[in-house]
Amino acid sequence: MDATLTPSKPRRKSDPASWLLWLLVMLAFAIYFGVPIMWLLLAPTKNDGQLLTMPPLSIGDVSNYGRAWDNLMVYGNAIVLLWARNSVFYTLTSVILSVVISVPAGYAFATAKFAGRKLLMTLTLITMILPGSAMVLPLFLEMNFFRLVDTPWAVILPAMFYPFGVYLSYVHFATALPKDLLAAGRVDGCNEWQLFWHIGLPLAKTLFALLAFLSFLGNWNNYFLPFVMLNDSDLFSLPVGLQVMATSTPMLNPTFAAENSTLKRPEAALVVLVLVVPVILIFIAAQRFVVNGALTGATKE
Amino acid sequence: MSSTAAPAPPAAVAARSTKRPRKLRLNAAYVFLLPYVVLLILFGIIPGVYALVISFAKFVGGRPQFFQAGLANYVTAYSDIRFVPALTNVFRYLLLSIPIGIIGVLFLSLWLHARPGRLSTTFRTIFFVPGAFAGPALVLLSFFMLSPDTSPFGFLLRGMGFETSTEVTLIDHYPVLFTIIGFFAGAGGWVAIFYGALNSISKEVLEAATMDGCNPWQAAYYIKMPLILPYIAYMIILVFAGNVQVFAEPQLFGAKYWSPNQLGYAYAFEIGNFGASAAISLLMVVIGLIGASLIIRFSGFYQTDATAT
Repeated sequence: MDATLTPSKPRRKSDPASWLLWLLVMLAFAIYFGVPIMWLLLAPTKNDGQLLTMPPLSIGDVSNYGRAWDNLMVYGNAIVLLWARNSVFYTLTSVILSVVISVPAGYAFATAKFAGRKLLMTLTLITMILPGSAMVLPLFLEMNFFRLVDTPWAVILPAMFYPFGVYLSYVHFATALPKDLLAAGRVDGCNEWQLFWHIGLPLAKTLFALLAFLSFLGNWNNYFLPFVMLNDSDLFSLPVGLQVMATSTPMLNPTFAAENSTLKRPEAALVVLVLVVPVILIFIAAQRFVVNGALTGATKE
Repeated sequence: MSSTAAPAPPAAVAARSTKRPRKLRLNAAYVFLLPYVVLLILFGIIPGVYALVISFAKFVGGRPQFFQAGLANYVTAYSDIRFVPALTNVFRYLLLSIPIGIIGVLFLSLWLHARPGRLSTTFRTIFFVPGAFAGPALVLLSFFMLSPDTSPFGFLLRGMGFETSTEVTLIDHYPVLFTIIGFFAGAGGWVAIFYGALNSISKEVLEAATMDGCNPWQAAYYIKMPLILPYIAYMIILVFAGNVQVFAEPQLFGAKYWSPNQLGYAYAFEIGNFGASAAISLLMVVIGLIGASLIIRFSGFYQTDATAT
């Protein structure tokens, strides 16, 4: 009505119809992204028959969670727990070692000039982009040569090589570390190690969090590498174990003789939950690191 | 450059290191890099070179006879009747998943950013969480979502004329299904990254545009889009590198030789012909290298001010 006032206020705020459209579109996508996870949380509250007959998003009986858990423990003498322990061990070792090795390398790329720098940067970029699984079969042959196949090292050693982490560290130090600060430290007689320890690292807390998050995600979910490297089921990680379970029990194929296994759909849903709940929790905690610049500087022009 | 600017380190250290600062600096860089370079050689370069050597080796009873095969492994692998279909499958999948992924992520991030606030943040989190799913966990969940008898989307599937999960998971549907699955797990992470980029646009610019009569669509198209375009190149390459190596999805859906990666795996572990397997791996490496050179070209990001001095 008062035409002179409208330009100073953002017009869209006062338009309920366009706000409703915005909300409806967002809700539609929220259903696509959110409902599968909701279903997964509810699935173990029902037994296998109820999963087919009850409405998909209904709650059965929460005590069914316990029953599904017991059924899961029967499978291979609670081998799921062993797989979970393996997953934690492989992931933690890989995350710690990959981050500890990548950060100083990225720091050196960002702060020092040295012979071979450009070659090493290029190799880092190339290996960073290479499809990981294209390297898995050659890596298997290499590990086989060192007689390391079917040992935890076959999974952990290749995971320590983390070119993307080196690249992100490089970008971080190149942008967040004031050169004057290093120069001042040098004038004051700090050696390079002291500069890194007292100036570089204290400025790299968010970098550590981001790298640990990305490395955790990649290693916890890594499937193809352990799938190829490990034969002994006692060494499996959770994703590999889950794959074996899914293809060898009536979980997904009710046509398999059902009498020799109690593993059905609710148990399948429960294993998936065991695998993803830790990640979901870390995800929610880590979102801000991603929004606030997972790739800051990655696309300098 | 006054030494009073920062707290002084122990005097002894100061006295010693000022005498030969330049030398120390060079050595330190190599010390920082050493563990990484060892890993780069062991797990970046050697596997590549070894794959090349193996691809020319003949395998007799699982033991390699180096340089005995000539091009035979390449002929075996590339003339396999499953090879071209596998490449075609992956190509169809890429052709579908990359455009849909980019358009979808662009749309979602712009749509979210049109009304920043608590509600928008909540939606962004909902989109982000499925990123926790990967590999077999993702495939298993998808399997339940694609079975009309268990899925909360069962009414949609039945509406499209599917009564059983086998009708949904026909091999011809794989590219579409994998695209839907991949977008579910992958879109939220990219939306978060794009959203972060959009946040860097200053409020004044957007306000000035609104004053000048720019509607939200125009603001999105003329101001926000150009800003996130560089990220799109990056996304294309990473999504390409990820999707071209698809393995878990077809493997668990029940098609054994659907992707080149599966074929390479079959050659190595079913037949024991590591030479032909390496020939397929190398093709994937070459495809990956093309992607790598593209990203270097698009962004030229290994030069920074820090090293210009």
